[in-house]
This record gives sequence, C-alpha cells and structure tokens, in this order.
Amino acid sequence: MKYDVCIIGCGVIGAAAAFELSKYDCSVLILEKENDVAMGSSRANSAIIHAGYDPKPGTLMARLNVEGNAMAEQLCKDLSVPFARIGSLVLAFSEEEEATIRMLYDRGVANGVPGLRIIDAAEIREMEPQVSKEARAALYAPSAGIITPWEYTLAFAETAVRNGAKLVLNAPVTGIRALSDGGYKLATPKVDFEAAYVINAAGVHSGEIHEMVAAKTFTVMPNRGEYYVMDKAECFRANHVLFQCPNQDGKGVLVTPTMDHNLLVGPNAVGVEDGDRVNNTAEGMAFVREKASKSVPGINYRNAIRNFAGIRANTDKDEFQISIAADRFIDLAGIKSPGLSSAPAIALEAVRLLNQCGFAPDKKAHPITTREKKRFRYMNDEERREAIRENPLYGRVICRCETVTEGEIVDAIHSPIPPCSVDGVKRRAGSGMGRCQGGFCGPRIVDILARELKLDPMEITQDGVGSQLLLAETKREVTE
Amino acid sequence: MTYDLIVVGGGPAGLAAACSAWEKGLKHILIVERDKELGGILNQCIHNGFGLHRFKEELTGPEYAGRFIKMLGDTGVEVMLDTMVLEINARHEVHVISAAKGYEVLEAKSIVLAMGCRERTRGAIGIPGDRPAGVFTAGSAQRYLNMEGYMVGKRVVILGSGDIGLIMARRMTLEGAKVLACVELMPYSGGLMRNIVQCLQDWDIPLYLSHTITDIVATNGRVSHVTVHKLDENRQPIPGTNLEFDCDTVLLSVGLIPENELTRAAGIEMDPRTNGAYVFENMETSVPGIFACGNVVHVHDLVDYVSAESERAGAAAAAYVLGGAPAGDALTVKNGADVGYTVPQRIRVSNVPKAADVFFRVRRVFKNSVIEVKAGDQLLISYKREHMAPGEMEHILLPRKLLDGVSASEITVSAKEA
Repeated sequence: MKYDVCIIGCGVIGAAAAFELSKYDCSVLILEKENDVAMGSSRANSAIIHAGYDPKPGTLMARLNVEGNAMAEQLCKDLSVPFARIGSLVLAFSEEEEATIRMLYDRGVANGVPGLRIIDAAEIREMEPQVSKEARAALYAPSAGIITPWEYTLAFAETAVRNGAKLVLNAPVTGIRALSDGGYKLATPKVDFEAAYVINAAGVHSGEIHEMVAAKTFTVMPNRGEYYVMDKAECFRANHVLFQCPNQDGKGVLVTPTMDHNLLVGPNAVGVEDGDRVNNTAEGMAFVREKASKSVPGINYRNAIRNFAGIRANTDKDEFQISIAADRFIDLAGIKSPGLSSAPAIALEAVRLLNQCGFAPDKKAHPITTREKKRFRYMNDEERREAIRENPLYGRVICRCETVTEGEIVDAIHSPIPPCSVDGVKRRAGSGMGRCQGGFCGPRIVDILARELKLDPMEITQDGVGSQLLLAETKREVTE
Repeated sequence: MTYDLIVVGGGPAGLAAACSAWEKGLKHILIVERDKELGGILNQCIHNGFGLHRFKEELTGPEYAGRFIKMLGDTGVEVMLDTMVLEINARHEVHVISAAKGYEVLEAKSIVLAMGCRERTRGAIGIPGDRPAGVFTAGSAQRYLNMEGYMVGKRVVILGSGDIGLIMARRMTLEGAKVLACVELMPYSGGLMRNIVQCLQDWDIPLYLSHTITDIVATNGRVSHVTVHKLDENRQPIPGTNLEFDCDTVLLSVGLIPENELTRAAGIEMDPRTNGAYVFENMETSVPGIFACGNVVHVHDLVDYVSAESERAGAAAAAYVLGGAPAGDALTVKNGADVGYTVPQRIRVSNVPKAADVFFRVRRVFKNSVIEVKAGDQLLISYKREHMAPGEMEHILLPRKLLDGVSASEITVSAKEA
C-alpha cells in the first residue's frame, strides 16, 4: 500500500508529528531504525521543558519553544505524561553574568516568555537553600518545567498508533527514491515502503536522510552530553531547574529534580564523530561534578545511581532545520535543544508545511487525544486498594525501589507499542529506574517478558538489538 | 487484631528474630516476606561454608536457611509470602500489599526490621564507557545462574573483591566460563581470606589489587572489551599501566548497602557510617519497640553472626512486649582510630546482661594488633588480634562490670599495631 505520509524516525519529534497527523483522515507510516521508540536524543537529555528565553528572538527556535512550552501542560494532562511546571533559575555568579541574565530577560520578553523576573541573592536563598552563596542574582522563569521525556515520546507514538498510524520498528531507511507520480519509495533492509509525503525526523541522522533527496544544506555535528542521576536522597538539593549562564560550551551544567524525585546533574558538551555512541568518559563525568558544584556545592556523589550520555543533533546552523526540503519532503531536522520543549509546536509546523505542499486532509470526527496510565507509586491508599481489586497483579511489587507492580509491567508489555526489552519495560513502567538499577527486579522482568511474549529468556535483550542478557544455559543433569 | 511482633523480611535475620521471640514467649508473630519463599538471599547461595560457627558444620545457603525454616515450623509464627511492606511508622503500623489479599494495614506491639541489603551498582561508582548488556552485579548474576539456570557470560572480568564476587568467580568457572581477572580498587581485598584462596587462587584467577576498570566497550549492544588501570596512592589511574581484556561480561562486587528506605520513612535515626539505623545494645532503634538486625543494620561477613544478632533482637522485642521499655541512660560507643563504625552505637548499661556485644570493621589491614576501648584517655580494656582486615567483621564483648564503672558518657573503640 502507499501511505499518505511517512515519518522517518520515532523520537519525540517524529512521534509528535505522528500524533498530530493521526488526528486527520490520512494514512501515516512511521519508520524507526531501533527496536523501540525514543531511542536517541529523546531518552537521554535534561528532561526540561524550557521557558524559551535562550533562543534569539525571531528564530524558529524562539517561537516553537514558547509555543511548545505553552502546549505541554494540557498535552501531558491528556496523555498522562509526568510533567510539572516547577520553574527555572539561571544563576549569575559575577557582574558579567548579571549582564548575561539581563540579556536573557530581554530575549525572553521579546520571545513572549511569561512571568520572567530577576531575583536577588536573598530570594534565591529562600527558593533554593542548597544553592551556592556565591550566586548574586538569577533569572527566574516560572513557566519552565520538568518532564519524563521518553514517556512524552511514548504518549505521542502510542496515541498515534491507536489512531491508526503504522509504526515499523527495526526499519532503518537506507535509501529514498522519488516515484514518477510524485511520491517516494523508501528502502529498509527488509521491505520497501511507499508514501506520497515524507517527513524527515531522523534526529542525529537527519542530514543523511536529507541528502537522499536534496542537496546538502546543513551538516549535523553530533554533540555528546553526560549526566549523573542521583538517588532520591539528593532530590532536596534543588526545587527548580538550576541553570548556569550559557557560554561557548552550551547552556552549562544544570541541577534539577526529576519527575521521579531523583536529582539530575549535567551535561557537558563535547563534539563527537559517532552520533550513535553514547559512552560516558572519566573526563566528562569529572567536568560535570566540578561545574555543578559551582551551583550546588553539597551534592553527594556517593548517592549516584546512574550515569548516562545523550547526543544533541547540533548542526552548523544556529537554528532548527524545518522546511520543505524537496517536493513533498519535509525536514524536521537538526532538532537540538530546545527540541523536546518545542516538539508539539514543531508537529503543528509539520502539518502547516504539508498543507503548503498541497496535502490538506480532513480532521477525523473523533480522533483519540487522551491516554490513561496507571502508576501504582503515585496512587493514594484507596486507589491502590481499588487497583488491586481490579487486577490482583497490582498487588505484587516487582521493582521494590520504585514500587512498580507486576500489573503495570504486564500492562506495559501489552501496550500499543509493546516493548521487547528490559529497558523498554523500564521506560514504560519505571521498573529498574531506582537505586538498585534493576539488580533485584531484572531477572523477574526477564521472566515476565519471556512469559508474556512467549519467548525463551535467552532471547530477551537489555535494550537494543544484540543486547542479550543471558548467553547460555547452565549445565544440565545427565539422565540415562 | 494486634500482633505482638511483625518481622519485616524472611531472610536469615527475620527467621532468627521470629524464632527467638517465639521462644521468649510471644504468641502472635508475623513474618512478612516479599519473595515467594522464606530464606532470602541464602536461597541463591548454593555454595557451602555457612553454619561453621552456628551449627559446627558446613552447610550450603539453602541448607542453612532450611534449618531455621524447620525451627520456625515448630512454632506458631505466621508467614505472609509474596507480600511487600510499603510503609511502617512509629505507631507500629505496617502497610502491606499482596496479590492475594490486596492492601492491608497491620498493627503490632513491636516490629523487627530485617530487610537485608542491596548491591552497589555501576552507577554508584561511575565506571566510564559504553552502557551495554553484560554488566551485572555479582548477586544478580548469581540469581540468574543458581535460581534461573542461565549463564550471564562466558568471558568475565570481575570488579571488586567482595565475597559475592569471589564466590561468583569460582561458580562461573565451574560452569565453564573463563574468569580473566578480579580487579580491586583498594590495596587489599574486601572479601574473606578463605574466599580469596578457595575462589581465586585455587583456580588461577589473577587478583589485581589497586586496579580498576577505566573503560567498558560494547559491540552490538553487549560488552566486548574492558580496560583496567593500576591506581596511584590517590586512586587515580597511572597512564601506561593499562591491561586490556576481551570479554563479554563484567561482574560488580563493589559493596553492599543496607536497604533502609522503610526505616528512613518511619523517621528512625540513621547512622551515616553504617547506612543502617542507630541501635542500642538490644538492637532497638531510636523508635521504641522497633528493632533492627542483620544486614539492614550493618553488612555482616558471616550469616552465623546475622543469626546471633537477630536472636538478640527477637528476644529484645519479646522483652519489650512482655515487660515494657528498658530504662536507663545510654553510653555512646564511638569509633576511634582505624575503626569504621560500631554496632551498637549506644549502650544502656542497666539493660546489659553479662556483657554487651560490639561489632565493627577496621579501616585497613592489621597484623599483630590490638583493639582498645577507652573512656576519654582511660584504657578500659584491650583485645589482641593477630590479623584484622576490612573484609572481616570484628567482635568484642564488653563486660557489664566494666561498663558499670564508666562515668563518662561515651567510650571509644580503636585499633592499632601492638
């Protein structure tokens, strides 16, 4: 069959575009090269919905950031995505940095960021008792928020799928050829697909996809950022997203609580060759610790529970690459920070660009725009009683650190985009996110995955293709 | 109904505490266990060496647990399996959930905390490199191997020389894996000497002291290579000392952390040195009627000591319920030179029977050494030890008579060369 629209890449941008398009009478295909959605930048980032004072006024980044931020609250409510508008502070430690936050304030006002205020040291102390006493002033942006980014992506993608969009995993696009009737043929290792319109949301690979149909107009320059995730015991160190002043190395190292009441510290910013390799380095981790201590001196790294790294799809342009790149071919490319914040607004932009290309399907009469998700750990006692009454599996805790029940894990395995790996379950149910990092629940998740998917445990992967956990069976009893 | 005692956890500590409380006369006792069977982590410890002190014979982990489960069977102690405790509080309420019974709030006159400990992870020590499959804590690898029947890898590097890592070096070797190295950050092993000999030396597995893993490389989502460096005296890698290993698995045995989330949430005072609760001489915590024992208080080296400590906790819970709270001022026990912590941290002298048990670990390796207990500058008592190491728990008995004579409010335990 020939799809109306094919979206390449199911990170938050591709997923948001799919969600938006799935509200229309059209057939949508999403091709994702990995074995799950949100496998690139969308799962490894600062998990912030930025207020929008950073981008230069007049840029797409400025407009889409502020629009996306405004949309996030209702979307997250409708789609059951953890989100909280906790506000952010950009801390100034010198006169020069005070000038910088005044500049950011002016930018923010020009960009239409609501509620910005410059606060003095006394007010910083009141809002953030753990922040360094060296902080002289700060830009306070009440509209900044924190979010669970992979859940945002999953919510968009799952709802799109429930609206009829077709998601194909393990399908890297290896070539694109224009068809004589105006559409495109997209090659993947197993099957070729056809679509009348194509959206390039391939993140760090968006340059390669662009160049399959059009002349090179931008160069992706992958940039790695490393982080620490701290135990909940450290969460009290920050009540808001705590930024430092942006400098030539990016937005600086931030300290922020997460939606699961951990503390997130990072990132650094290092240009790398391989946009798919997200390794941590001793230097990067030391850099993050040192820089973060400037904002919050007391963080106890003995309470670290995980390090990770993510890749920014930076380009040689200081702007998102959103345009009609070729006939019926739209780039949502080079989406770096504030891409997560802008995602729903970028999706609307994609629909407008499709309209410009002459594709204007009717809205569905009753598209699905809501999603429900049970999270045992956030239920009150009565809700917990009720959940266990409805499904006794909600009474069996599998992940003891995060209090995730077998009910949630089984629900996740049978969700619209079923996970096939331990980390896929982790992103959906929250199991293994805690202080023991799956040490206790890992074997039980493998067991449940194998049981529910009717697979041999040796087929179950940690994460992507090839990441098998178990390599052999133990010696067997010899029977004559 | 209000239970006389609810024991949180049915591992070795919980089993011993419940048996002992029953023996001392409590009638309504409940053990809440999150797993589907009693025994805790002993069930996956299928090697021998358990029970030498307690039973004067060598048992496997499941056999050792079995002895206590059998003893429990002769009592009227109730057991709830497959049940998770979500919350306890100072009012002695225990919130539990299970698939079978749903959400319940149970009440008790006393509580014994026996939740055990968990393993430190890669994230806690920040090993650089890729983050592929194939990096396991030694305990989870042990569960896969001994309980589920699967090998987590075939070519293995072990980081840390804690006892579980050492045991797994031998276990993986017996199952046909090649253990290439055991790498230890410190200049000494964190495990028992007998495990170094029986699990590494007997199998020609090299132990690299003062070394650590500095990079993990993945190929197709699975560990394919690790780099190890020797460390200088500041524990920084020395350039040029790298050892390279092609392997598919990294096992971590880098420490255990008492699992005290319930304890903290109940507002019980915690000791940052042990990561466990502050306890009195009878294993009572800062909240009257709530006791703690086993690895949730401090990480033990031998389960035999866990059992002994837990029996004291169970007996104390019984005394609390049957006789009320012990009175008297508490003497603070402080850790002095080269001693990491002490358990108990507080002794109510009037509550000490003949002598008070004090456990601790030293901070470095000692030969021909002496343990000193002082009140201010006054030496109260000393104990000779031929050998002491951080991997081995030390135990001293402070006679009641001696404690009665102490007028100071604190005493100090320290270690030094003789």
